[in-house]
Amino acid sequence: MNDILQLLVYGLVLGSVLSMGAIGVSMIFGILRFAHFAHGDFMTLGAYMGLAFIGVAGLSPWWALPAAMIGMALVAVAIDQLVYRRIRRTQPVILLISSFGMALILRSLIQLIWGSDNQTYASGIQFPWRLDWLGGLRLKPDHAWIVLISLGLIVTVHLFLSRTRLGKAMRAMSDNMDLALVTGIPAERVIMMTWIIGGALAGAAGVFLGIDTRLHPVMGWTALLPIFAATILGGIGRPYGAIVGGMVIGISMEMSTLFMPAAYKPAVAFAILVAMLIVRPQGIFKGTL
Amino acid sequence: MELTGLLGYLVSFLTFAGIYAVMTLGLNSQWGFTGQFNIGIAGFFAVGAYTSAILTTPGSPAYLGGFGMPFLVGLAGAVLASMLIGYVIGRITARLRTDYLAIATIGIAEMIRLFIKNEEWLTNGVRGIAGIPRPLVGTPLESSLGYLLVVAIFVVLVYFLLERAYVSPWGRVLRAIRENEPATSAAGKSIARFRLQAFVLGSAVMGLGGGLYAHYFGFLSPEAFRPLYGTFIIWVMLIAGGSGNNRGAVLGAVIVWGVWTGTELFTDMMPAQYATQAAALRVLLIGVLLQVILLTRPQGLLPEKPPRLVGRKQASK
Repeated sequence: MNDILQLLVYGLVLGSVLSMGAIGVSMIFGILRFAHFAHGDFMTLGAYMGLAFIGVAGLSPWWALPAAMIGMALVAVAIDQLVYRRIRRTQPVILLISSFGMALILRSLIQLIWGSDNQTYASGIQFPWRLDWLGGLRLKPDHAWIVLISLGLIVTVHLFLSRTRLGKAMRAMSDNMDLALVTGIPAERVIMMTWIIGGALAGAAGVFLGIDTRLHPVMGWTALLPIFAATILGGIGRPYGAIVGGMVIGISMEMSTLFMPAAYKPAVAFAILVAMLIVRPQGIFKGTL
Repeated sequence: MELTGLLGYLVSFLTFAGIYAVMTLGLNSQWGFTGQFNIGIAGFFAVGAYTSAILTTPGSPAYLGGFGMPFLVGLAGAVLASMLIGYVIGRITARLRTDYLAIATIGIAEMIRLFIKNEEWLTNGVRGIAGIPRPLVGTPLESSLGYLLVVAIFVVLVYFLLERAYVSPWGRVLRAIRENEPATSAAGKSIARFRLQAFVLGSAVMGLGGGLYAHYFGFLSPEAFRPLYGTFIIWVMLIAGGSGNNRGAVLGAVIVWGVWTGTELFTDMMPAQYATQAAALRVLLIGVLLQVILLTRPQGLLPEKPPRLVGRKQASK
């Protein structure tokens, strides 16, 4: 029982990281109609930006988080303006190929700048809280913060989508592109905002992953498949679905270690993904953005 | 460099380029002909390579193997095994749109790599399989040059096979599906079936490429099938050469392999402590090359030229 509770906590942490990535993938898919394969490497770059801020300004990881988010939002917009915008009018699949190439460009840049060894934000061991009223559950302060800050970011995205004009325009574009465009929605601004949100959340996901584990040039790439699984599970183009999908995938991956070798954790995400493609490719939720 | 060294280098270069040409031709029948987006090439590559290696290596207690079968049996096994995987994944994805297929195929490639890495009884895990025999042992052609000849024969064989398929009525249906799916469906063609056929054909060719690779290199480990070497470079080859055009696929393989190995000569001059940086720099160059091609010449060096349609009625006029 204790084990299950403990794994549930780990699952919630992993789920928070995956959700942060999946919201971005889902929104980009909804608005730009392509699967963004560089999203995992956006996460990696965000994590390493955090490392740079920690190293240069001597910030703690939590203060490096907003800096990495802003940095990644800028990078995302820059990449879109420099590359993706020019091929947006061709077939969406050309964008997909381009983003696949972008993933490798970013990863090799990270390797060039920071090398390919494992790195950590802070050395030393963190003492977990022991929650006796929960059967002696151990909770690391870092884990509690990751889940809480993710929750805060999710609420912010929700308020943006439901309360602001641009957010509503975004939902309209994701829902019915043609209809939205004839009603005079500022498409370019919506697209730019999509990259800002997607980039910032990917940056946050990267820093979280860096706090929880270690930094490595392929850390984000490894997370990409579970993120896609979360996106498809939640219904592509639906950020709220992406959150639920992220949690389901995160918790299933951690729980699977009860009866499977941990090496096969990514396989769990993939198995859910394939099952979903066969049974219900449109995802669990069939609402709107 | 001495003349023999230069010749040896050229033979090795052409052999690798030929193996990659086979893979690129396989991808062309999936993406170029039908518009099916497979970014799990590394998976089929690995299945082909490992199947052929296990079938042909002498016995070993460390992993499944010891069948010591002849080269051609190994290759046939490689083709069959990757066809089977291609059929399974094709059945799942043949009805799905491009992005789903992309995600599913990269998923399967990563799963295959995970499997190879962890199932030591089958593949010897990260230690890999060594001593994969070359064909033509004991004949005058037992040399690198002889193997280049073998690879060249397979490139030519696959090229003519796919070229025939492309101009055939079957190829016409595939192009029609790629260009206008609803119209082709309305004409009574089963989209899913044609897609599946093209996907399985491409997978088989990729498996063949994997087998050829295993016997040339002589050693396999999961590292060889990372998405970069197994998938990405092949995509750049096809896009650069011209997707939809079999000659473009072969040309792209030679040119991009030339760029890739050319940068190796260049980065070899860097001090040894920068080895990882040098490797990253090469990947960066190939990535930028892809973006430049996509931005400036997305149709590739040799754009697709569909054969002129000369119907029976037209001919009799």
